[in-house]
Amino acid sequence: MNKPAEVVIVGAGIVGAACALELSAEGLRVLVIDESLTSAGSTGAAMGHIVVMDDSEAQFAITRYSQILWDDMRDQFPTSVEFDPCGTLWVAADEEEMREVRRKFDYYRERGVSAEILDSQQVRDAEPHLRAPLAGGLRVPGDSVVYPPCAAEFLLQKARALGARVIRAQPVAAIGKGVARLADGTVFAAGFIVNAAGQSAPKLSPGINIKPRKGHLVITDRYPNFLHHQVVELGYLKSAHSLTSDSVAFNVQPRKTGQILIGSSRQYDAENSAVDESILARMLQRAFEYMPDLSFLSAIRVWTGFRPATPDKLPLIGPSPQDPSVLVAAGHEGLGITTSLATAKLICAQILGQRPAIPIQPYLPSRQIAAEAHV
Amino acid sequence: MDSVKHLRFDVAVVGAGPAGIAAALAAADSGRTIGLIDDNPTAGGQIWRGAYNSARPSASSIWFDRLNKSAVQIVRGARVFHAAAGELAAESDDSVIQISYGKLILATGARELFLPFPGWTLPNVMGAGGLQAFVKSGLEISGKRIVIAGTGPLLLAVAAYARKCGAKVIGICEQTTRPKMARFGLKMMLIPDKAAEALRFAYDLRSIPHWTDCWPVAAFGNRRLESVRISRQGQTSEIACDYLACGFHLIPNVELPRTCGCRLRESFVAVDEYQQTSVPGIFCAGEPTGIGGLELALVEGEIAGYAATNWEDRAKHLFAKRARHQKVVRILQDAFPLRPELKNLARPDTLVCRCEDVPHERLCEHASWRAAKLHARCGMGPCQGRICAPAAEFLFGWQIDSVRPPLFPVRCSSLVALSSHSAPRN
Amino acid sequence: MSESISVRVNGKIVSVHAGSPVAVAVLASGATCRVSVTGQHRSPLCGMGTCFECRVAINGEPQRRSCQVLCEANMEIETNG
Repeated sequence: MNKPAEVVIVGAGIVGAACALELSAEGLRVLVIDESLTSAGSTGAAMGHIVVMDDSEAQFAITRYSQILWDDMRDQFPTSVEFDPCGTLWVAADEEEMREVRRKFDYYRERGVSAEILDSQQVRDAEPHLRAPLAGGLRVPGDSVVYPPCAAEFLLQKARALGARVIRAQPVAAIGKGVARLADGTVFAAGFIVNAAGQSAPKLSPGINIKPRKGHLVITDRYPNFLHHQVVELGYLKSAHSLTSDSVAFNVQPRKTGQILIGSSRQYDAENSAVDESILARMLQRAFEYMPDLSFLSAIRVWTGFRPATPDKLPLIGPSPQDPSVLVAAGHEGLGITTSLATAKLICAQILGQRPAIPIQPYLPSRQIAAEAHV
Repeated sequence: MDSVKHLRFDVAVVGAGPAGIAAALAAADSGRTIGLIDDNPTAGGQIWRGAYNSARPSASSIWFDRLNKSAVQIVRGARVFHAAAGELAAESDDSVIQISYGKLILATGARELFLPFPGWTLPNVMGAGGLQAFVKSGLEISGKRIVIAGTGPLLLAVAAYARKCGAKVIGICEQTTRPKMARFGLKMMLIPDKAAEALRFAYDLRSIPHWTDCWPVAAFGNRRLESVRISRQGQTSEIACDYLACGFHLIPNVELPRTCGCRLRESFVAVDEYQQTSVPGIFCAGEPTGIGGLELALVEGEIAGYAATNWEDRAKHLFAKRARHQKVVRILQDAFPLRPELKNLARPDTLVCRCEDVPHERLCEHASWRAAKLHARCGMGPCQGRICAPAAEFLFGWQIDSVRPPLFPVRCSSLVALSSHSAPRN
Repeated sequence: MSESISVRVNGKIVSVHAGSPVAVAVLASGATCRVSVTGQHRSPLCGMGTCFECRVAINGEPQRRSCQVLCEANMEIETNG
């Protein structure tokens, strides 16, 4: 007879899976509930780039913390997780972007993140399919790539081995006051409920502000040795910054299979998952501008996914403003895979009343209420 | 960057096999502009492969003659990868072709169902229709030893043809039971056109062993096929051979119809008596509406062609002929259901997905097609699951999810050409 | 049609009937078309452009489905297996 869970986690995507493992490892009895049979949310669509970002101190802190956690686990991953420490190559198209390269380099150096400035020739040596001339780039060797559905599954399996239970294909209708209620009426009581429901998080915790940001991805046939790093244009940051308009940015990734993943696009107010030919074309044209040879590669599949985005681009990790027994772990925008492990640590610290490894303030959901109060 | 060609037809027909050719010719009678689009370099589909250029007269000659003399514009080597209202996009070797149409007739045919068994990935294990198509387009098989396995009358047709081309057909392994096979034979004898065909087969196949309750258990060979082990009424035996041609039913190519929004009924495209699908202005003929063979495909194509050009009278005239040939659909279904033993041929290490080399045991770990795709990569290769998804459906009962674009792998540049619009619509 | 064409498969001259697809030339030469991701040799399966087992390089262009490309005189065909 199963003892009742101490923590119920809603959502078995990368964040829910990471939380399940962390909490189980601390000896807590965990129950994970997911509405689908398999990665139906952002985790199933995601690129899987593990990347340090420096939009803000808070973003840097959580991405850096999490990247180290991924690295620490690397020897445990089975091949299906496709962990690849390929590093990121940020490419600069002009002198303005090269200034950004130098800024990033200094920023990372001050904080102990290894990085290397590349000039025009070196950046093409690093990635021969990049067009000439580019101004240069920044290589960040500590970044890596994983295959998200298998990564999430791996974390979940480890959690199961430590006693976690997983229920699939059961939508959760409501959470709160120490209870999670399934759509079919079944009720689970627990001291804590973690809302890691991704896109559905606001449905379960009304009042949190998460909006879907649609993205497109293209995957090609196998072209081994075509690409060596995850290559991203510095203009990506402008794309990720914009809060309102549709945008595309050059962002390509080598998979261990030799397939190339081509992104990226961002659209607000696009809630249907159908492929949008027009923004797909823009995205590919942007990619061809940096890497013309991509145009000849065979595209096997195109799909869309939704990033759960918050207005200040930081995730929500902490008690729901309405109910302290509910901990929100959602709203990671395009950094869900990267920051999943750190999110799990922060959630665990909060549940156990321990001191979190990085300051938790910037990620608390209550900040959204405060922000709205000032409007 | 690719060039983009724009074509416009009153009626566009996709698929230049028998159904598509019949549809295009019927539609051409109206004097409207007709386009016949096919991804192969020549018209004919699978069954009339190679006949287009052949000097040898055959049943298809009359049709190709008419096609040559007609005003139908054949668009060869063009693979349709995208559909939107009133428009298709096709990729050829050097360009993207935007095709706008008033009416659309889908005659996309069918492909073979492949059932995994140990050794099925060896070179020279082929589809029955596949081997036939290669022979028709020039593969020499004179003196080669061939085993033909699977189910249904296609095996007989392939065996007869292979023998005519000088191959040594060692035997036909039919998985259905002897009583079912006998009943099938009797029923076909009762249909006038089929009776003659059946007698011709019996003659063409004289002295070629035809074994019922028989199926391949494993294929062996070093770099290519060298022998096949078959199970025959409980006993196994090994046959040395050069080719193994497998034909276990046909899977209708419904991907393009689905992308166009056509509703399916029991995995086939649902059509009314005029071969119109659930989408007004889009028609479907041939195997995608039900596996029924050549004659049915031809008459369905004709009906669709007349219906698409508002010639309902002519279409109506063909209803009785179609009804006669439709009987075959039912007879085939009853006679050749796949037996459960075929689900147990695959060993744990037998590959199910050939593009990604995913073995059976990895699929067993998952509860759905989607999970198998995401976690085991089954169906994530260039064939987009066309080969492995029907096998997985047969083996595990999984419902296969919707078609994702593009319909076929295309150059990345072709995806860009998609949105650079397009001829003005009327 | 008795007219024949010569092409080269992995440098070796192969003669086929006019109108034959490249896949037939590869089969006639005794070569296999490709090597799978776990190293198995593969040859054409479906004959109609759906299985992708027949992919070879034709005149320098890789990943061409050889069952859907007709042989032309002096074509250079390279298999990966």
